[in-house]
Amino acid sequence: MSVLPPDLDEAGFATFLEQLRGAVGADWVWSGEADMFPYRDSFSPVWNTGEERHASAAVAPADVEQVSEIVRIARRHRVPLFPISTGKNFGYGGPSPNVNGSVVLDLKRMNRVIEINEARAYALVEPGVSYFDLYREIQERGLKLMVDCPDPGWGSPIGNSLERGVGYTMPHFRDHFGAHCGMEVVLPDGEVMRTGMGALPGSDTWQEYPYGFGPDPAGLFAQGPFGVVTKMGFRLLPLPEYYRSGMISVPRRADFAKLVDHVNYLSDSGLIGEVEFGSPLSALMGDPQFLALATKTGGPSNAEMDAAAEAAGLHSWHVELQIFGPEATTLANWNYASDRILSDIPGAIAIAGDHFPLPATDDQLDNQTQPYRSSIKRRRSLGVPSLGAWKIVRDDGHVGFFPVLPRTAEAVFEMQRVLGDAMKEFPTLPPFFNALTMPLFWHTHTFQMVFAPSIKHDDPAHNAITHAAMKKCVAVAAQHGWGDYRAAPIYQDDVSDTYGFNNHILRRFHEQLKDAIDPDGIIAPGRGGVWPRRFRS
Amino acid sequence: MRYLALACAAAVAALALNAAQAQGETAPRTAPRTGQTAPELQRGKAVFAHWCAPCHATGAGLAGTMSLEAKYDGSVPAALEDRTDLQPAVIGYFVRTGVAWMPPFRPTEISDDDLAALSAYLSAPLADRGAHAPLLADEMVRARGSEQ
Ligand SMILES: Cc1cc2nc3c(=O)[nH]c(=O)nc-3n(C[C@H](O)[C@H](O)[C@H](O)COP(=O)(O)OP(=O)(O)OC[C@H]3O[C@@H](n4cnc5c(N)ncnc54)[C@H](O)[C@@H]3O)c2cc1C
Repeated sequence: MSVLPPDLDEAGFATFLEQLRGAVGADWVWSGEADMFPYRDSFSPVWNTGEERHASAAVAPADVEQVSEIVRIARRHRVPLFPISTGKNFGYGGPSPNVNGSVVLDLKRMNRVIEINEARAYALVEPGVSYFDLYREIQERGLKLMVDCPDPGWGSPIGNSLERGVGYTMPHFRDHFGAHCGMEVVLPDGEVMRTGMGALPGSDTWQEYPYGFGPDPAGLFAQGPFGVVTKMGFRLLPLPEYYRSGMISVPRRADFAKLVDHVNYLSDSGLIGEVEFGSPLSALMGDPQFLALATKTGGPSNAEMDAAAEAAGLHSWHVELQIFGPEATTLANWNYASDRILSDIPGAIAIAGDHFPLPATDDQLDNQTQPYRSSIKRRRSLGVPSLGAWKIVRDDGHVGFFPVLPRTAEAVFEMQRVLGDAMKEFPTLPPFFNALTMPLFWHTHTFQMVFAPSIKHDDPAHNAITHAAMKKCVAVAAQHGWGDYRAAPIYQDDVSDTYGFNNHILRRFHEQLKDAIDPDGIIAPGRGGVWPRRFRS
Repeated sequence: MRYLALACAAAVAALALNAAQAQGETAPRTAPRTGQTAPELQRGKAVFAHWCAPCHATGAGLAGTMSLEAKYDGSVPAALEDRTDLQPAVIGYFVRTGVAWMPPFRPTEISDDDLAALSAYLSAPLADRGAHAPLLADEMVRARGSEQ
């Protein structure tokens, strides 16, 4: 489907494209249905419906000067641009924009790793650099650094962190935006700005002190429509000498409360990396009677779940711990963690797991050497990018809702119950929320849970269920104080609506900023639920 | 992601256009190959290694290889580099439009020239293709291993 930018006719669009070609060369501008196909969101639940958002064209600059030039041209023609870095934001909109007719500003060509400093543990990259690229560069140069990467390695440190994406190593590195340090941004008038120490000419600490002096606007560029990020610095983890894992299981359902508290303590104290919570009882989910119990309206009682566990001779919960550091300290941390938990929770059991020096071997990366059944995905846990996670995708893709909840068992049980009951309205979807749904410990200080219903390109009825379920999940979660951490453009207004303290003052504040610097909405209007005056009707 | 994982076994890609023409060919599935890649195929092989191998290399656990294994049940090789039935037009079609949960690739990722080189590589005689392209991690582990 060919679309035009808002308020532009065919002739105006042609002139605009001609000017873009003048700026970047004819080879780097695309328009028309066939060429724009790869800019559609192939994971969209509104695929081929009137709600799908289509870009009108795409333009790929080679450097920051060309980005500025494109922004100035777009400003003259009042055409919204939608910047992407690697454009792999599947589950959250792919490369597709908020506003129909936007022009995708595809930054993939800007793919230089500008600097990697091993001794000071940071990297400075351009938007088109993928996790694969950064990893390769580190390996090829033999640097002892570890990248914290998301599941799919083809995304980019810049695109992922601007979505506040997550990874799987140590707490402060898993929050990818939190681990950034210094950025360069092209503003809606084409000016180039640097944040933090990058604003001080001659400074050599851009990637080490993020704040500089005065207000720090860096946060506005994550999930926001305020600029095009053209460089970004990231803190990297020195490659740990050794990796150690272990599993601790606890017998009763109520033991989860203490288990979570201990894990929080260990994580906040910097003693462990990412953990995987799990339940040995999930082996029973194939049994219809147990499935009915785990998905019971109002949730099962602890006594009912304990009885099922006892009958099966299984523990209720386990947690897999991962520890990084010198060999001796990883052992001390494991001993400390298991002593701490076993001495507090009667019946708890600790099993020492695989441990080895880094870098890991193939078998270790494949996690085939663990003495117990493990759900850890080793590549991502050890900062080795891959596309291994793609095999969890079913049908033609999915959309994601990952509500943020407190790190307590109480909150976990409440979310299982509340969202489990709410989603009963959609019986054809898998029971994402049930009495065994585990919290994900991705961001440094919170839990999240997963709701990721699938989409099918040729089944609009299925997609409509997914779409309705997403909207309902966002709304019901918000009634209980749980908000989404990121959303596809088609859900960004719904999610933004839920962050409504004091008559949506946060959004109104963002709108004031947007009106001041970009009233015509040249940069990603609507992103994060922030619309400029022109599009607020 | 547990439920996604449970259900993924059912997911199959539809890399089908040429399968019917495979004419019962029973090429080895993932037989290791050695040898040099013909110079004119090096670029295509590099494109494959960079963009396709992370999902389509030989070896366990890769989504693309797994789904083609499930799709064809061994009637054609699961790893794309072992296929002898792929025509350039088919390769171009799947790269630019995607299939099932494989998203399409943009020209900023795989340029038209790179796509032509990739197509030439994947449709060349097996002997000219040389050894399989390495999966990123394997390649790096080997590189590091030789330093130790
Ligand atoms: C199976 C599966 C597993 C996944 N696992 C994870 C995971 O573990 N962790 C995780 O975080 N995500 C995960 N994702 C989601 C997603 O694939 C990744 O977050 C991916 O890294 C995002 O794509 P990208 O890096 O190419 O970003 P892009 O698509 O390039 O960018 C994302 C968005 O950020 C904005 N943006 C990008 N670049 C710029 C710029 N330069 N200036 C201004 N704005 C910009 C745009 O709005 C863009 O749409 C997963 C998805 C799937 C399907």
